[in-house]
Amino acid sequence: MMGETVKIRVDDRELEVQRGTLLIEACRAAGIEVPSFCYYPGLSLQAACRMCLVEIEKAPKLQTACTVPVTEGMIVRSNTEQVTQARRSMLEFLLGNHPLDCPVCDKGGECELQDMVFRYGASESRYGEAKRHVEEQQWSPVVYFDAPRCILCYRCVRVCDEGMGVGALSVVNRGVHTEIAPNHGDHLECEECGMCIDICPVGALTSGAYRYKARPWEMQYTSTICTHCGDGCKTTLSVRNNKILRGNNRDRSGINGEFLCIKGRYAYDFVEHPSRLRQPLIRRGRELVETTWEEAIGTVAAKWSEILARRNKAANNTLAETSEKRSEGFGVIGSNHTTNEENYLLQKFARTVLQTNHVDHHRTADYAALIHALANESAEQPSQAQRPPLARSKDIVGASAILLVGNNPTEQHPLIAWNIREACRLNGARLYIIHSRRIPLLRQSHRFLPLGLGHEADALRHLCGEPEATQALLGETPSGDNVTADLLNDFRNRLQEEKDVIVVFGDEITGPDVSLLIRMGSRLSGQTRYIALGDYSNSRGASDMGLLPHLLPGYRPVGDAAARAFFEDRWKSPIPATVGLSVDDMVAATLQGGMDALYVVGANPLKGRNPEDFCGKTFLVVQDLFLQETAQAADVVLPAASAYEKSGTVTNTCGELQRLRKAVGVLGTRTDLQIFASLAAAMGATLHPSQPEEALEEIRQMVPEYNIPLANVLAGGAEAVLNPNGFKPLAAPAETSGRVYSAQDTLFTSGTLGRFSNILNLVPERNIRKEPGPA
Amino acid sequence: MQFTPQLEDKLKKLMRNYPIKRSALIPMLLFAQDEQGFLSQETIAEIAGRLELTVPQVEETISYYSMLRKKPAGKYHLQVCTNISCLLRGGEELFEHARKKLRLAPGETTPDNLFSLEEVECIGACAWAPAIQVNYQFHHELTPERFDQLIRELERSRT
Amino acid sequence: MPVSEHEVRVLTKRFDLPNSASIDTYLAHDGYQAFEKALKQMTPESILEELKRSNLRGRGGAGFPTGMKWGFVPKESPKPKYIVCNADESEPGTCKDRLLMEKDPHQLIEGILIAGVVVGSHQGYIYVRGEYRYLLEILDRALEEAYARGYLGKNILGTGFDFELATHTGAGAYECGEESALLESLEGKRGIPRIRPPFPAVVGLYGGPTVLNNVETFSAVPAILREGGEWYAQLGTPRNGGTRLFVLSGHVNRPGVYELPMGFPLRKMIEEVGGGILGGKKFKAVIPGGSSTPVLTADALDTPMDFDSVAKAGSMLGSGAVIVMHEDTCMVKVALRLMQFYAHESCGWCIPCREGTDWLSKTLHRFHSGGAREEDIGLIEHLAKNMLGRTFCPLGDAAAMPVISFVKKFREEFEMHLSGRPCPFESKQEPATVSR
Repeated sequence: MMGETVKIRVDDRELEVQRGTLLIEACRAAGIEVPSFCYYPGLSLQAACRMCLVEIEKAPKLQTACTVPVTEGMIVRSNTEQVTQARRSMLEFLLGNHPLDCPVCDKGGECELQDMVFRYGASESRYGEAKRHVEEQQWSPVVYFDAPRCILCYRCVRVCDEGMGVGALSVVNRGVHTEIAPNHGDHLECEECGMCIDICPVGALTSGAYRYKARPWEMQYTSTICTHCGDGCKTTLSVRNNKILRGNNRDRSGINGEFLCIKGRYAYDFVEHPSRLRQPLIRRGRELVETTWEEAIGTVAAKWSEILARRNKAANNTLAETSEKRSEGFGVIGSNHTTNEENYLLQKFARTVLQTNHVDHHRTADYAALIHALANESAEQPSQAQRPPLARSKDIVGASAILLVGNNPTEQHPLIAWNIREACRLNGARLYIIHSRRIPLLRQSHRFLPLGLGHEADALRHLCGEPEATQALLGETPSGDNVTADLLNDFRNRLQEEKDVIVVFGDEITGPDVSLLIRMGSRLSGQTRYIALGDYSNSRGASDMGLLPHLLPGYRPVGDAAARAFFEDRWKSPIPATVGLSVDDMVAATLQGGMDALYVVGANPLKGRNPEDFCGKTFLVVQDLFLQETAQAADVVLPAASAYEKSGTVTNTCGELQRLRKAVGVLGTRTDLQIFASLAAAMGATLHPSQPEEALEEIRQMVPEYNIPLANVLAGGAEAVLNPNGFKPLAAPAETSGRVYSAQDTLFTSGTLGRFSNILNLVPERNIRKEPGPA
Repeated sequence: MQFTPQLEDKLKKLMRNYPIKRSALIPMLLFAQDEQGFLSQETIAEIAGRLELTVPQVEETISYYSMLRKKPAGKYHLQVCTNISCLLRGGEELFEHARKKLRLAPGETTPDNLFSLEEVECIGACAWAPAIQVNYQFHHELTPERFDQLIRELERSRT
Repeated sequence: MPVSEHEVRVLTKRFDLPNSASIDTYLAHDGYQAFEKALKQMTPESILEELKRSNLRGRGGAGFPTGMKWGFVPKESPKPKYIVCNADESEPGTCKDRLLMEKDPHQLIEGILIAGVVVGSHQGYIYVRGEYRYLLEILDRALEEAYARGYLGKNILGTGFDFELATHTGAGAYECGEESALLESLEGKRGIPRIRPPFPAVVGLYGGPTVLNNVETFSAVPAILREGGEWYAQLGTPRNGGTRLFVLSGHVNRPGVYELPMGFPLRKMIEEVGGGILGGKKFKAVIPGGSSTPVLTADALDTPMDFDSVAKAGSMLGSGAVIVMHEDTCMVKVALRLMQFYAHESCGWCIPCREGTDWLSKTLHRFHSGGAREEDIGLIEHLAKNMLGRTFCPLGDAAAMPVISFVKKFREEFEMHLSGRPCPFESKQEPATVSR
């Protein structure tokens, strides 16, 4: 909404801008260039670099455009001799002590100081004195600091403090000896997000991963989606000679703007980890030995065809059922990292070719419960649904109030945490936290309801006004907080005064508790919106695409004949009608020898177990990047391509569809989609479609939520998949025994994948990470 | 860590003076330094804890103020002003004299830890130049002879 | 302490009394009468009127009319209002506030109390530079006395007015004399100035409206209320009311702190009050208002020492520190020493001040040691002018203005240092022993 506007005149151009806008923003919006180093949108004002000095009529001297709000009738000149001379002089001052080591500086070619000198002059230096010299310092495995290059714009200090809420950088000394300093004397202990490096306009802060590796102009840039957590940040991978050298998002495109955490920025290095699988393996005796793709695919197809034939025969022969030991047949465990297209194809392959509903993945958030609860809710109260009940990640920034139940976004969902901090900092959003631990976001919180582990549902019941639940919450919590009736009532009363709350919740709320959450949310005024936090880059997509034993794509129950018929018609194949086994059930059945074959794609269900215990129990095929525990027990291992080596789409935890673009290729690997097609073909079956684009087209036809305009996605943007409101209430799905649990990854772990990122293993914080305890 | 009762008393009084804790930081640092000679990492951590600040917040503050130091000085810290009013009255010569007399470079301490020497900016004794401060004590209108006499007196008071 | 028959002792009138710092002495000599009058007989408006009539202008350096400054404080404020006394006297050449606090601390306390009455504040701080540690003891003792006699604390003099006053020490930073940097320092932070507006009168200490004045300014207020604004104004010149504590230093026979009427002629100050130039030498130059003010030469000796006249002469009255230099003084050396001071004291926040003072002090150093080239003279002017009016706070101007004046008025001395020649004044320098 546009507030009151004022008219100002800049360089004889009449501008109409909102009252209170900073002059520098007003100018830039109108395409009038006002340079700055220290001014940075979204961060606090400094007025330190003096690059934005302009003439304002009636002011006795030049004024900094970054600190002056526009007023009616203001007359500004931004291009007079005095102004350009002032800019030139600031650059001349800066270049005095600045080392002119541009040819070997990492920032060369993308340095704001270089650009400014190019534009505003000061090319001849009259500086004839000795330059200040300080040795370069390494502050962490990823952060290097070269003090003489620093121009003291304080962006790094602010982004770390205000943006990240970490405050690991400070300013020490004074005068020309002023320097940026890390929080632990000679080194940093922080989130290692690299935002300070990214935001540095010069080469003062450089990246341990990238430094001295390439010049910016000799790299190719591929924007894709980070393959780690569920937030779906866009990361632009800089590639030279088929090698990823850097990850950043300087163009601020994508849902994350310029934000990236350590994983998005550095943890691409698993791609070329030495233990990356580059050739299929086949079990010969006790050993897994390298083989050709032909043999691997042939072996799997032959074995599966044989099992299929035997099972068909058994199914036709009712007598066999009693005489033969009952077997569950095929089990398929899919991935949280593979694309929507792959997930869709995998479950289609399982349900049609392998004729099984034993399809699942590691479920980290109860999206299914949320979708069903919301669909039913909107059907009951259609008037409530003015806005989609699922919030997108950016919606957090504009929210007036946010309720966080469980999870630790700072560690598990860095972008969500960044957005929450931004909402609190820039828009005065009020953050309510219900948690059993003192998480870092408490620093931003407006109200905190501490509780004992597992009491989250009690808190929701308390908010719904159930007195027994209030009773259950009273007393001292393990975090050392004393919960009083006053605290509980104050929390509830304050929250109830809020409107249009965004509710963000973790795996503390699953199953029926999700309905409880929705019931609580529907008591708040305005449109309450929700975000369920799931762990990985395509956790949401795996769920949406029906990698579930009880649900078809789009959360249609397999037990529902109409839903089944819809898919059978299109897929031209029958689908089993009974709810399948969960991951845990499949693993347990395998251990008891109750599965004929298990196909594990991009997952590690045997994580933490001894692979030996599973060898020979079933025909196990694993398709992965690495020889993790499950792969070690396999009969055939197929080397797959990672997310950075293929195209397709993924859906983040908020339900935003984004496009993966191939940055590099790893010789010997194939994409999961290619492998499915090869296997199907080798079995004499057809599995359509075989191209990601066609697969997405089919998804859009079969899953109405995904029938969204694609232009934005194709252009590298995000498009929210449709919300369940507007659809008829979904039939309640039959219960599944599957667990929903988060792996509780920290900033420095990323499931099994994280083990293969050197950077993540290198940072010392990985080991000294501790939960903030009671004060 | 333990502070002396006198220092505790001063800190207690300080804390009462301000609506926010951090306001007590600079006086607190200076008073602690007065007693302990310098600001050790232990003292810094203790003060940070008392004022609910982080160690870097305290460090950035310390590094800004020229009187706060993280290394010990001599028992008698000689601060010779050479700014304009003292300069015109022989402040530089006095400083040179002090250097030679004590065989100290600026920032150094004598081996017996009795004296340390520093060239300082205007100390506010311009009408009585040249002047020095020994710790907080002003000594006005010094000549090399009077300086030597002062040093003798200080050496005597060592025992 | 030297005195002069030309002095008009208003603020310093109790300096020579025995135990001048004690409350008994103060009370025996008009002490706290003005405050009582302000509290019981006057309204904030009438006090402000009196101040405006007095033509009292801020003694810190900028010379802003005090009555007007106090009038900027909003009447209603959701946040507490504060009175802060700037006792961070650090301007080279200046040591008058030190005496005002040492000799007559109650006069200062009374002035602060009156400010509290005017703006409706109940808390004050005296920010004393760290080097003036001995003054903390004197001030704290005076505060204790004032509390004991009921001039501070709750329900003062039975009027219901409350006021708390405390001392606060700095720890060595010239920049903290800048008002917004002082507030940052008082909040326990690095002394980096704040972006202004908002000015402290509206958003100051802890975000509350704040009156911020120099020791001498507050100290002048009791006499004004006691004797009347009219009386005070006529002591000085038009628009420049009252007296001023001038600090005479450098090459004069009788350096000292003298209270003289505003508009006192510069020549008379040097010759009669200061007893003439040291050693019978020839006068060369004078810095009239502390190190941050441009240097003046003989042609300006007839300037009356008030804000407007000194400004007209091309400099500033500043802190009233008159630094006199005789014929043997090397002006390059003086310019260098001052620039080293500003480089040392620059907070480093903004580019032009941080880099400009460093660059200039390096160049001037090279200049003085004989390594200068012809074009360096132009470079010094160029750099200083590039700082002027473009820095984040006035420190940049304070560093730039004097050096510009040195080059302008003593260009030939800069030229004498060119091409490897040693400083022509080094040999002439008096030995460190000075006669007095």
